[in-house]
Amino acid sequence: MRESIFKIIENAPLTETVFKMKLQGDVSDITSSGQFVNIKLDGLYLRRPISVCDSEDGVLTLIYKVVGKGTEQMSEMIAGEELNILTGLGNGYDLSLAGDKPLLLGGGVGVPPLYMLCKKLIAEGKKVSVVLGFNTKDEIFCEEDFKALGAEVFVTTVDGSYGIKGFVTDAMKEIDYTYFYTCGPEPMLKAIFKVSATSGQFSFEERMGCGFGACMGCSCKTVTGYKRICKDGPVLKKEEILWAD
Amino acid sequence: MGRLSVNLCGTELDNPIIPASGTFGYGYEFAEIYDINCLGTFSFKGTTKDARFGNPTPRIAECTAGMINAVGLQNPGVEKVISEELPKLKKCFDKKVMANVSGFAIEDYAYTCEKLDKEEQVGWLEVNVSCPNVHGGGMSFGTDPKAAAEVTAAVKAVTKKPVIIKLSPNVTDIVAIAKECESAGADGISLINTLLGMRIDLKTKKPVIANKMGGFSGSAIFPVAVRMVYQVANAVNIPVVGMGGVSSAEDVIELMLAGATAVEVGAANLIDPCICRDIINDLPKVMGKYGIENLSDIIGGAK
Repeated sequence: MRESIFKIIENAPLTETVFKMKLQGDVSDITSSGQFVNIKLDGLYLRRPISVCDSEDGVLTLIYKVVGKGTEQMSEMIAGEELNILTGLGNGYDLSLAGDKPLLLGGGVGVPPLYMLCKKLIAEGKKVSVVLGFNTKDEIFCEEDFKALGAEVFVTTVDGSYGIKGFVTDAMKEIDYTYFYTCGPEPMLKAIFKVSATSGQFSFEERMGCGFGACMGCSCKTVTGYKRICKDGPVLKKEEILWAD
Repeated sequence: MGRLSVNLCGTELDNPIIPASGTFGYGYEFAEIYDINCLGTFSFKGTTKDARFGNPTPRIAECTAGMINAVGLQNPGVEKVISEELPKLKKCFDKKVMANVSGFAIEDYAYTCEKLDKEEQVGWLEVNVSCPNVHGGGMSFGTDPKAAAEVTAAVKAVTKKPVIIKLSPNVTDIVAIAKECESAGADGISLINTLLGMRIDLKTKKPVIANKMGGFSGSAIFPVAVRMVYQVANAVNIPVVGMGGVSSAEDVIELMLAGATAVEVGAANLIDPCICRDIINDLPKVMGKYGIENLSDIIGGAK
């Protein structure tokens, strides 16, 4: 974990509510895809945890959706402004279990952390398939970015306005994969848990106090004991997940 | 003896800064980012007789200048704290730690304190009779002077270490409770624990926190802390450890002027993980600005 100041180099909308922010700073503590950062914002007490989309050569890329005061404030910031950020938080995805043909499944703002994962898996010579799930055509982002990395990309929309009509699980059935990685809303994660043919890793979300394991604000029960989503997660393996209900 | 040192129940602290229980785990998360030996001491995560998961999530809510938590005393239980957490802590902290203890019956408090009494690493027992987040325990002992005194007496009977009773601000007359604890043998009083609070999400129209209510902390509660520390310090003859919304060297000095011998820093650790180190570094400069030679001289200075 590291606390440092980042300078915004660009901040622009990708859709009506989703923004991409690039920042310059010390990214040396970001060691794994699937980790997150925790951002201090003026006038707000708690930091805001946002997943890392990419981190390379001193540039941190975040893709976030405006859902409340914090993300709204972020969306109004411009290049040159600075943010106090805690980096290197969370465990991240374990790439060693991927096999030859890993499948990545992202839903909505669960898509961004899969980008750096995809990049790393392709660099290791894996044949990566990616399914990106959205509600409707206007909400789609990052499709071209994953294609540019060399992944085979499928897009699903719930209303059928683009790509495959339905959910990411509808596309998942048709794909041959050795292992999967996913991030997205909990109903999607639960559906994948049920229909998946292999083992895999799930990235979870929870309201956090600190983001680095001190406050026990985001604890969950797992097969292997109590875990803190922020410190022992956010990524949990399929074998250790106990759904809350 | 340095300019910052204070004496807490017979043990000298290099400085009065103590990260508060529940905001500092068992220390080692913070030892990753700074040398925690710079602290006066710290109060470890509230420990109970048996292991506890605590409350369902969400447990955290944002507030203006503060936050609400309803963690519910998640901890591995006193046996594991002694067998696993204290040995890990020993590797990164050379000083005596303050052991924070909670319970659901007077016998629980005595059981846990008796175990911790045997641990050389433990310098003080901070007995929490004020947790707002567990039902049928915790705060119920701290809202009744007689019950608080019974817990105090039961704990004093099983330990030779200084016993500091941590009080709840969610009471009509905190002075009466502090005095009863003093009469029952308490070596110190710490206050304030969190204020009972609640938030409702306008989108879902439901409470933000699964437990509905929780403990409100953060800079917003600082004036309440100053007032209660002042009232209690003027009514008892044992040291008072002040806390509640402290986030700067100025806040530390203000609470000490109100009567605090040492000062705990809570929620601020969660936002600025290096805040305690930074406050310790800032203190000499801020003391200079206000013409303070030694911190121990200003305790209770505001009359």
